Amino acid sequence: MDFSIKKEHEMLRQLYREFVENEVRPIAADIDEEERFPAETVKKLQKYGMMGIPIPKEYGGEGGDILAYVMLVEELSKACATTGVVVSAHTSLCCSPIYEFGTEEQKQKYLKPLASGKLIGAFGLTEPNAGTDAAGQQTKAVLDGDYYVLNGSKIFITNASAADVFIVMAMTDKSKGTRGISAFIVEKGFEGFRIGKKELKMGIRGSATCELIFENCKVPKENLIGREGKGFGLAMKTLDGGRIGIAAQALGIAQGAIDETVKYVKERKQFGRPIAKFQNTQFTLADMQTRTDASRLLVYRAACKKDNKLPYSYDAAMAKLYAAETAMWVTNRAVQLHGGYGYTREYPLERMMRDAKITEIYEGTSEVQRMVISAHML
Amino acid sequence: MKIIVCIKQVPDTTEVKLDPKTGTLIREGVPSIINPDDKSGLEAALKLKDEYNAHVTALTMGPPQADVALREALAMGADDAVLLTDRAFAGADTWATSLTLAKALEKMEYDLIITGRQAIDGDTAQVGPEIAEHLGLPHISYVEGLEKEDNNLIVKRKFEDEYHKIRIKMPCLITALTELNEPRYMNVAGVYDAYKKEIKIMTFDDLDIDKEEIGLKGSPTRVKKSFTKGAKAAGKLYTDLDANEAAKLIVEKLKEKFII
Repeated sequence: MDFSIKKEHEMLRQLYREFVENEVRPIAADIDEEERFPAETVKKLQKYGMMGIPIPKEYGGEGGDILAYVMLVEELSKACATTGVVVSAHTSLCCSPIYEFGTEEQKQKYLKPLASGKLIGAFGLTEPNAGTDAAGQQTKAVLDGDYYVLNGSKIFITNASAADVFIVMAMTDKSKGTRGISAFIVEKGFEGFRIGKKELKMGIRGSATCELIFENCKVPKENLIGREGKGFGLAMKTLDGGRIGIAAQALGIAQGAIDETVKYVKERKQFGRPIAKFQNTQFTLADMQTRTDASRLLVYRAACKKDNKLPYSYDAAMAKLYAAETAMWVTNRAVQLHGGYGYTREYPLERMMRDAKITEIYEGTSEVQRMVISAHML
Repeated sequence: MKIIVCIKQVPDTTEVKLDPKTGTLIREGVPSIINPDDKSGLEAALKLKDEYNAHVTALTMGPPQADVALREALAMGADDAVLLTDRAFAGADTWATSLTLAKALEKMEYDLIITGRQAIDGDTAQVGPEIAEHLGLPHISYVEGLEKEDNNLIVKRKFEDEYHKIRIKMPCLITALTELNEPRYMNVAGVYDAYKKEIKIMTFDDLDIDKEEIGLKGSPTRVKKSFTKGAKAAGKLYTDLDANEAAKLIVEKLKEKFII
C-alpha cells in the first residue's frame, strides 16, 4: 500500500495554495460578513480550469481526476468554506450527473459551458417536506406535448441565485414512489421558474442558498436526464459523489483551523511563555491533527476508489461522517485554544466553527451516513 | 518568434538560514520555487506567446530536482523545457554558470533570451548580462516594461526613480524585474500536460566546452565566509515630531551613542 501523492497532485496542490492565498483568503471574512456570493472568485477559478477538474476535456473540463478535484475543495475550504462548497455543488451535483447520465446533446449543450466554468450549476432535491426523506417529493412534472410542466418548490439550494443550470428532481408518477421521480435540466430563464427566498444561515454565508419556485415551468422534454422514473437513483448516486466533495470541505475547514491555531499558540503568551509550551495545548493540537489526518486518508480513499471505478458509496459516507464530525470537534477546540479572541470576529475561528456545522447536515446528515455505512455491514 | 527563458530554482525564503558552523545554506524543509524575477520573465514570454504566437522554451541549469521548476513553467504555458545538468557543472559561480548556459544556448534557436534580473538566493544580477556577453548579444537589464514592434522590442529600463525607454533589435537578451508583470498561475490541465511532456536533458557531452572552464574549476570566485548578521534591537518610532524636533532628536541620539 502506497500513501504517496503523485507529482501532478503535488504541483496541483501548489497551484491551489498560491491561488487561495492570493485570491480567496483575503476576501473570506468579507464574503461571510456581507453574505455575498464570491462571483469574482468563480471567474478566476474558471480562468485557471478549476470549475470542471474531473470532467474530460472534450466536454469542457480539465481531464483530471476526483482526487485532484477534492484536493481543490480541501485547499479552498482551509481559507473559505463558502468557496469550497460553491465549487463542490457545481462540480459534484451539476456537472457530474450530466456527465454520467446525460445524453450527448445534453453534454454538448450544458456540460461544456458548465465544466469550463462559463455557467454555474446547482442541484435541487430537498423540499420543505422532503429532507432526509427525499422520496417524499411533492414537485410534480407532467408531460404536455414537447414539454414537461413543473409545479412545486425546492429549498436550501446551494448556488441558487448565482446558477445558470439546475438539476431538478420532480415526481412524474406519484403512484410509483421513488420510481416515479425523474431528473430534469432547468435553465435560469425558463418560463415559470424563479428564485425564491434567500436563507439567512449560521455559516457558509456566501453560498447563495435559496428556494426554487416552479409555477407551470415549461421544461423541454429533451431536458429529461435518462428515462422517466430514474431520478431517485440518479440523485442518490450523485449525492454519493457529492459527499466526497463535502468531506473534503470539512477536511479543509479542520486543517485550516489547525493551521491558524498553530500560528496563534506560538505567538500568544500567558504566564510568561507562549501557550504552545503548555502540555494541554500540545496534546490538544496532537489530537486535532491526528483526527484530521485520519479524515484526509478516508477522503482520499473514497476519491481514489471513484477514480478507479470501484464502488465507493460506503467509503464516501464514512469519509463524510468522520470528516464532518472532526471539523466540528477540531474547530470547537481551535476556538477554545484561542480563548476570548477565538470567539471574536477578529480571528477566523468563529467563522470556521459556524461553517463546520453544515458539513454534518447537508448532502446527507451524519445520521444518514451511519445508515449507509451500517447497511453495508449488516 | 522563438523565446528562451532562463529560470532558476531557488529556496522559497527571503531569509535564507545559514548553518553557523559550515556557513552553507540550510535547504532542508525549505520548499523550492521559480526565482521571482525569472517567473516575471517567463510571464513576459507567455504574453508574447498569447499575442504573437511566440514559441517559449524554459531553460534551467541545476540538479535533476530542478525538473520541478521546468514542469511548473510548462504548466504555466511554456511549450518545452530543457534541463542542463551534469556533475561537471556543480560548484559554478556566475562566470562559469553564464558560460555553461551560453554554450547550451548556442545549440538552440532564439530571437529573444529572457532571464530574471537576479536570484533571491544569490542576488548577484550577473548571470543574465554575462550570458549576453558570452554570446555577443545586445542586452538590456532591469526591464520593467516590454512591447514588441516588428523585429524590435521597446523596453522600459528601470533607472532609480525614472526609467529609460529603449528600442532594441532582436536577437537580444533582457533581464526582467518582478515589476514587469503579475505572473499567471499554472492551470489545471497545464499541470497534467506538464507531466506528460518530456523534458530535454543536456549534459556536458552536448556542449562544446572544456572541463577547465566550468563548474568549480572554471569559477574565479571563492566564497571566503558566509555568516548571518547579528540581530539588532528593535527600532523606536517617533511619529509626532515636526522637522526641527526630529533633527534635534537625531543629533541627540547620535551624540548619546558617541557617533558624533
